Amino acid sequence: MSALDLVRVIRRAGRITEPASAATESDFTPPPALAGSAQVRHVDCGSCNGCEIELAGAFGPVYDAERFGARLVASPRHADVLAVTGAPTCNLAEPLRRSVDAAPQPRVVIAIGDCAAGVGAFAQGYAVVGAVSDIVPVDLVVPGCPPPPDAIVAALRQVTGR
Amino acid sequence: MTALALAWQVLVAVALTPLLIGVMRQLRARLEGRAGAGVGQPWRDARKLLAKEPLAADGAGPLMAAAPLVLVVSSLVSVALVPLLGIATLAWVPDDLFVVVSVLLVGTVALALLGLESGTAFGGMGSSRHMMIAALVEPTVLVAVYALSVPVGTTALSAILQARMTDPATVVSPVSLLALVALTIVVLAETGRLPVDNPATHLELTMVHEAMVLESSGRDLGWLELGSWLRLTALLGLVVNLALPWGVAADLGVIATLVATVAFAAKLFLAGAIIAAAEVFLAKVRLFRVPELLAGSFVLAFLSVTASYLIV
Repeated sequence: MSALDLVRVIRRAGRITEPASAATESDFTPPPALAGSAQVRHVDCGSCNGCEIELAGAFGPVYDAERFGARLVASPRHADVLAVTGAPTCNLAEPLRRSVDAAPQPRVVIAIGDCAAGVGAFAQGYAVVGAVSDIVPVDLVVPGCPPPPDAIVAALRQVTGR
Repeated sequence: MTALALAWQVLVAVALTPLLIGVMRQLRARLEGRAGAGVGQPWRDARKLLAKEPLAADGAGPLMAAAPLVLVVSSLVSVALVPLLGIATLAWVPDDLFVVVSVLLVGTVALALLGLESGTAFGGMGSSRHMMIAALVEPTVLVAVYALSVPVGTTALSAILQARMTDPATVVSPVSLLALVALTIVVLAETGRLPVDNPATHLELTMVHEAMVLESSGRDLGWLELGSWLRLTALLGLVVNLALPWGVAADLGVIATLVATVAFAAKLFLAGAIIAAAEVFLAKVRLFRVPELLAGSFVLAFLSVTASYLIV
């Protein structure tokens, strides 16, 4: 694709992002230090990759979680929010614990999907420890199998308060 | 009075820097069809990071906390030395080209040591790549600004800028154009922009700058981010002032300084917008092709020096 074609595509596409819905009410109070800005590290501890696709969708152009101040980062050291997906397996319980410990305080742990909440397709499985909350303290749970990007964005908005 | 102007210049640069990054990110988001986080987001990110306590990895030494501060100080000193707002300088502050390049190099070395100190494989890999790029970039910066200094007869940046303000025709001379193109390429390389490094990458194997700061957290990371953003302001500010020497304050008057501040902000945001728009069309080049790109910019700078002796 030549640069001119790309310019045409950019002009034709315009703004892909859908208008924001009203912020949801909840009893979760985010740490005041994270107001307006939350860097998110995704931790997969045994997911079927359904939640990964929806998480990628939440940060894609249509749902654009970035407009609410959330941004994906490459290291738990940079993170304020750990987005944990999947049914935690025996082998990944310790890496999950270490990833959460590697994030500086104040931090928020969000369990994304039914598996992370301890229910769903793989609950009680041979290799599954249980819910994410059995391993590390969880602040927010996003239910769904897989949860729609809207729900993930809504959870992130509760953290950034935007 | 001059010291006050210098403090004002640093203050303006520090205030404009997160906005510059915000404008670049926002423009890029819009061109990609996204809504974008708004121009204030880098400021919010920096404020939050500086409020968080850093965590140190097992076995990490005092350099993990010291290197970010060294980087910020070197960036602040270079912002003070480069003539961004006015050409009046203090007698005891050398705004000489070689001093500016050395000050920037101190920050570069601090970053590379930080990458090694973290003790991870990616940190050391990032440091070695960073030093390779630095070794290719520094000669080009020196040679390019040397070419600009030949017609003026001094390597003081303010004197070079003053000569351009009194005779704007020299801006479009072959010497100046070649040197500016070479400088632009090395500024992009030095500040970790596309096509040399991708500041938004999550893939460790492609990282250069990001790989070195992977282990830093909280306040340390905040200083590292601010330090590297300030480098962009200093280097980009130097290039835009050399390319468009209008609005730069010739004296220390209040009105001249305010005009210079507004003009500098406009020029800086314009240059940032051009870079951000160009980045939408660019992919990161393979690491082993970076030397070819930087060697190309060195050749341009070298031709510029040759031209400065042949074409008067």
